[in-house]
Amino acid sequence: MRYDNIIIGAGLSGLAAGIRLARYGGKTLILERHDRAGGLNSYYHAGGHYMDVGLHAMTNYNPHGPSSAPLLKLARQLKARLADFGLVPQGHSKIVFPGASLSFTNEFAHFQDEVAKAFPAQKDNFAKLARLAGEYDELNLNAKHASGRETVSSIITDPLLAEMIMCPLLFYGGSREGDMDLGQLVVMFKSLFFEGFARPLGGMKTVLGLLLDIYAKEGGEIRLETGVKQIVAGDGGVSSVVTDMGEIIECARVFSSAGLWETVALCPQARPEGVQSGPGRLSFMEAVYVLDRPARELGEDSSIIFFNNTPAFIYKKPDEPLDLRSGVICFPGNFGDNGVEGPPMARLTSIADYAYWIGIEDPREYLRSKIEWSAKALKAIGAVTPDFSRNVVFRDVFTPKTIKRYTGHINGAVYGAPDKLKRGETPVAGLYIIGTDQGFLGIVGAMLSGITVANLRLAGKD
Amino acid sequence: MTAEGIRKAILEIIRDILPDEDLGSLAPDKTFREQINLDSMDFLDIVMELRKRYSIEVPEKDYPNLATMNSSVGYLMPKMERL
Repeated sequence: MRYDNIIIGAGLSGLAAGIRLARYGGKTLILERHDRAGGLNSYYHAGGHYMDVGLHAMTNYNPHGPSSAPLLKLARQLKARLADFGLVPQGHSKIVFPGASLSFTNEFAHFQDEVAKAFPAQKDNFAKLARLAGEYDELNLNAKHASGRETVSSIITDPLLAEMIMCPLLFYGGSREGDMDLGQLVVMFKSLFFEGFARPLGGMKTVLGLLLDIYAKEGGEIRLETGVKQIVAGDGGVSSVVTDMGEIIECARVFSSAGLWETVALCPQARPEGVQSGPGRLSFMEAVYVLDRPARELGEDSSIIFFNNTPAFIYKKPDEPLDLRSGVICFPGNFGDNGVEGPPMARLTSIADYAYWIGIEDPREYLRSKIEWSAKALKAIGAVTPDFSRNVVFRDVFTPKTIKRYTGHINGAVYGAPDKLKRGETPVAGLYIIGTDQGFLGIVGAMLSGITVANLRLAGKD
Repeated sequence: MTAEGIRKAILEIIRDILPDEDLGSLAPDKTFREQINLDSMDFLDIVMELRKRYSIEVPEKDYPNLATMNSSVGYLMPKMERL
């Protein structure tokens, strides 16, 4: 059995690449180790409740934007209708630091006004930063690297404001500890602040169902519960993959969303030259709470809260199991009138130490530790949002260990390695990297990643 | 296929790629890009659709030939007249 294209991973980048390749690139097969699609953004059920994995919101919500707007471009490229995503826009989100709080909505002017109110001396500087972002061409795959943080700090001269701006950008797209490439920063700035947030009403299940439908219509094939243990390459480049069960499937091209270093483990010749750093080090714990009443009734109407309890935002692998100083809280019900099907929920995400969580072997100890640390994290948000601990009907917690188990990503690094392969090319002809290690992050980013790399190959760059 | 047939084929392809664009008043001698919201990814899809629907290959060096309706019809005529 021979395929033109094999895609490793049925996550968002794999499905999006699959749609493009199945339509225009010949016989295409997606191989997914797990029993369902989604990868880092999948779904499951626990305690009778539907739960999304990794979904707070989709970024780039700009439904009436120019056709070049990422979300609209995405829909066209996937031959999907935007309405089918069922997107419900946010109300407002907040960045909360000691002594300062800034809210932002899907209208950038609101954020500009908030900054001007809280940091009047920085009003012009913020406008300058916005102009820089607006003029920067982030789609240029050949741009030079520059430090995002240094750029922000050179323009925003109040350190607290600089930290507050960096915080959500890092939380939603930071693959590097403490800083991000300027290009990536601009992408995040535009996605979050110029455009905005929305969540799919039916959660990831809706989005994945939509993509799988389109993929099937284009004649794409998919095999679940089929992992890949080796990518075979010879002098002429990639020739086949070997599944976990030992089946050899010949192919002309392989698009791997497993991650760069994870792919190198499958195919040592894929090790890129000149890439300095190894896998990413940033992973997270997330607690998902089912509440007995909507968050609004408890006095919270923010859609998402990015909080940090110290003046500087430390974004790095913590020395403790969880970094209790910061986090992201998402209230899905606070999108639109009621942005979630099913019961009210809250999600609390904290930066976590992969080594600690993967090191706990005893299941009871693991459970005990999850309960202990999620309780600490909940306590630490007391100043940031009304206490909902007495309104929790059900809680599920996943850790870096969970992420590694279900996605295979080294260190449970949801944003991948710090050094990206913008064109997705490896030293092996016919073997390409899509997904987090290509560099477009988040749900929208992952889809654009698959599309971009697939398009490069379809345009005959082989 | 006649010139008119080719023109219709191209319109249909563009209509599929940009379902919300009004193609009624497309001037044949102005570039597509200056009249409708066609970005580089959309343009690539025109090339892809020509390949998929009519098995026509358009190498990258020939992309400028697809800039306007007139130039597209002229360029594709020898490739499509047998269809």
